[in-house]
This record gives sequence, structure tokens and C-alpha cells, in this order.
Amino acid sequence: MIQLEKLSKSFADKDVLHGIDSTFSSGNCNLIIGRSGSGKTVLMKCIVGLFEPTGGRVLYDGRDFCRMSKRERTMLRREMGMIFQNAALFDSMTVLENVMFPLDMFSADSYKDRRRRAEFCLDRVGLADALQKFPGEISGGMQKRVAIARAIALKPKYLFCDEPNSGLDPKTSLVIDELIYGITKETGTVTVMNTHDMNSVLGIGDHILFIHQGDKEWEGTKDEVLGSDNRRLSDFIFASDFLKKVRDAGRAQAAT
Amino acid sequence: MFILSFLRALGRYLQLMGRTFAVPERWRMFLRSYLREMAQLGVDSIGIVLLISFFIGAVICIQIKLNIQSAWMPLWVSGYVTREIMLLEFSSSIMCLILAGKVGSNIASELGTMRTSQQIDALEIMGVNPASFLILPKIAGLVTMIPLLVIFSTVAGFVGAYATAYVGHIITPSDLTAGLQHDFTQWFFWMGVIKSLFFAFIISSVSAFFGYTVEGGSQEVGKASTNAVVSSSMLILFSDLFLTQLLS
Repeated sequence: MIQLEKLSKSFADKDVLHGIDSTFSSGNCNLIIGRSGSGKTVLMKCIVGLFEPTGGRVLYDGRDFCRMSKRERTMLRREMGMIFQNAALFDSMTVLENVMFPLDMFSADSYKDRRRRAEFCLDRVGLADALQKFPGEISGGMQKRVAIARAIALKPKYLFCDEPNSGLDPKTSLVIDELIYGITKETGTVTVMNTHDMNSVLGIGDHILFIHQGDKEWEGTKDEVLGSDNRRLSDFIFASDFLKKVRDAGRAQAAT
Repeated sequence: MFILSFLRALGRYLQLMGRTFAVPERWRMFLRSYLREMAQLGVDSIGIVLLISFFIGAVICIQIKLNIQSAWMPLWVSGYVTREIMLLEFSSSIMCLILAGKVGSNIASELGTMRTSQQIDALEIMGVNPASFLILPKIAGLVTMIPLLVIFSTVAGFVGAYATAYVGHIITPSDLTAGLQHDFTQWFFWMGVIKSLFFAFIISSVSAFFGYTVEGGSQEVGKASTNAVVSSSMLILFSDLFLTQLLS
């Protein structure tokens, strides 16, 4: 479980996050949504420790990340996996070497076992036949799948995904969502995902945190999100004409 | 204003070096990176070092013979001056200035691209010390390879000088050999090697600093690469002054 308590962040004289409170529980896909510039990437970076929060606390199963020593942070980070917006694969390594990298760094297993684990992870994301390819030789969707395999190689307790669907077509996005959702349910990780993809919100949002201009505006589940009467959330959700039509059709059907 | 920004950059550089000189988390991974960097930064530079040193050795020999040597000077003076210039300045300092362009821009653009494509963030999230993992093998690799490059450069310079004797017939091979062997001071060789070790550290660490601390996109990577080359070159020139004074 990850708890955010009054988390705030400022840059010079600009306040980006204002006292965010939330709880992300295990085995759930926790989605942070909001418009571009609302502060969701800053929030994600504060949670994983790439930015130091100006105020408040981030608790990992009760352990305060902000008060940890450098060594404790390093140890905690080994329990984290992260999928970056642009996959962030190491260009000079093959797909297999990318997935084996965290295992090579931190696992005490033999080479054979480490390789077996990496191959298992790549098989799990459907890339068992791309082991020797370099990141530049595979598509964006495949790169994201390699990033997922690398993130889960060390069986993390906490999985973070920064806009994993950006730049992907809807069908590939669905594949990525299903993978993240499936892995979360199988392994019971605390998954925190930053997105503005409505398909992800409605498909895998066990817990949704809506951020507006650095404030927590709304919190709920995917079943509650469409029926919410929060105006800002509605403006965000129904920015797409298609969803608006679906909502209006639903309302019309309910009225008759 | 300039002094303030210089001091700020110096502070950040020292902080980065503090994180860089940490015990590697996995020696096996460090050795793998170290060997790769030795090949990429050192072995891949042998060609350009040999080429430039060959021609500079030849040109020095011709210039001294045609423009400096006179009837009251001994015949071996061209070979002697060629040897001293190659040993004392060219093969250490000037060759390192050339390498600052090739190796420095390579290091800065590689690390800068890794920074902008979030590969460094990915390492940090995994619990790896990115500074130590990425920069330490580069510094160690270049510092290891530079004495070899100095030796190759000196030898290539002498070969160039012999080419003017055998092919250009500017000087007789025996006069050149006499000059190259005249009053040889072994310390001059070691002086060149010691200086090059300092310069190798400057090139690798300063270029890594500019690449590692890039903020922005591809344009900033290009700027960082240029700044790395300019700053390394300036620092090499300044430190050459002090080191020459100190070691002579």
C-alpha cells in the first residue's frame, strides 16, 4: 500500500501540487488522471522519488520515503518497477539484455536462472521471439512491452507506469492495459498509472484519482466515474464526442 | 554573475564526482562496461591519433630542417627538436586537445541522450547509482588507454619524420636517428604520460558532467556536446601550463 499525506510540491515560486491525500492499495490499478499540465507527472515523480516533495509524506507500507536514508531509498527502489512514457530502454542492449539488466544488477541467482526469468517475463508480454533484437529494431508497442517485462523482472511490490499508452494506437493500448492489469492481479502489486487515456480509465481503473491544477478534485472507481456529478471531471471525461454520445444515448434509454 | 555561475557549476561537478567515485554495485557489470569503454574511447581513437601524429611528426621535421636549421647548427638538430616536441607537448597535450573533440563530444552526447530519453531516470528508479554505473567506467577506461595513445602518437610522429627522410629526402636517416637519440631524457617521456593522465580525467569527467546534467531535448544535447569540448579544451590548456611548470 502507498499512502500520500498532504503531498505538495513547488518549483521556485510556482506551486504545482497542493496537499494531495490518497491511498493506493495492493492488487489494484490506481490511475492518476487529469489534463496536461495538471501536475500528474510531477505527482508520479514525487511518489517515486525523482522529485523531492516540498511538504507532506509518501508512505510505502508505512515507511516514510522522504525520511529514508540514501541506502534505505536504494533498497526500497529495488522493490519498484517503472514503465516510462517512451519506454526508456537501453539502446545499446538487446531486448533480452534489457530485461536481464535488473536481474544482473541485483539478483544473486545463477546466469541460467536469471536468463530463464527474463525469458519468462518476455514470454508473459508476448515477445519470446524478439530476444536478440535491439530497441531501435522494434515498434513502439513492442518497446512498451519490453519495458513492462523489464519492470516486472525483479517481481516488484510497486509498479509505476507513466502514460504507458501515449503514442500507441487504440488496439495496442488495449494490449498494454490488459498486460498491466493482468500482472497487477496475478502478482498483487500496487500499480500506479498516470494516464489521460479514457479507455484505460474505463477499462482498468480500480481506483481513480483526478487531479486538477495540482489539487485532488475527485477520487473513485471506474464504475463511479461516468456517473459523477463533478463538473471538472465531466468536462475532462466527456471531452471526447464519442463518450458524450454514449452518455446521452444511455440517458435517453434510461428515460424511456 | 559569471563567477557565481562558475562556482555553481563547480559545486555540481564536485557533487557528481562524489557520486561517481562510489564502489560499483556489481564488479562484473563494471568490468564489462570498463572493457567496452576502453574499446570505444581508446581503441577506436587509435586511427585518428596515428594519422595526425604521423603528419605532425613529418611536418615538424620538415619545418625545422628548412626554416630553423643553419650552417652553424649540428645536422641532427631536426631529429632532436622533433623528438622533444613530440614527447613534451604534442603526444600528450595537443593529442589530448584533439581527443577532447572526439571523445568528449561522444561522452557528452551519449549521456545527454540517455538523460533526455529517461534512461538515466530508469537506472535511478531501479536503485542503481547512475553516475557511478555510467561515468566511472568512462573515466577509468580513458585514463587506462591514454598512456598507450601517447606512446602510439610518439612512435607515429617518429615514423612520420622518417618518412620525410626516406621518401622526401629532406634529411638523411642517419642524421634523423642521431637527433632522435641525442641527449635523451627519460623523464620527458614520463612527463608526457603523467600529463596525459590528468588530461584524460579532465576530458572524461567534464564531458560526462555536461552530458549527465542536460535538461531539455536534442538541441540541449548538442549544446552540451559543444560546451563539453570547449570546457575540456580550456581546462587542458590551463592545466598544461601548471603541470609543465610543476613537472619540469
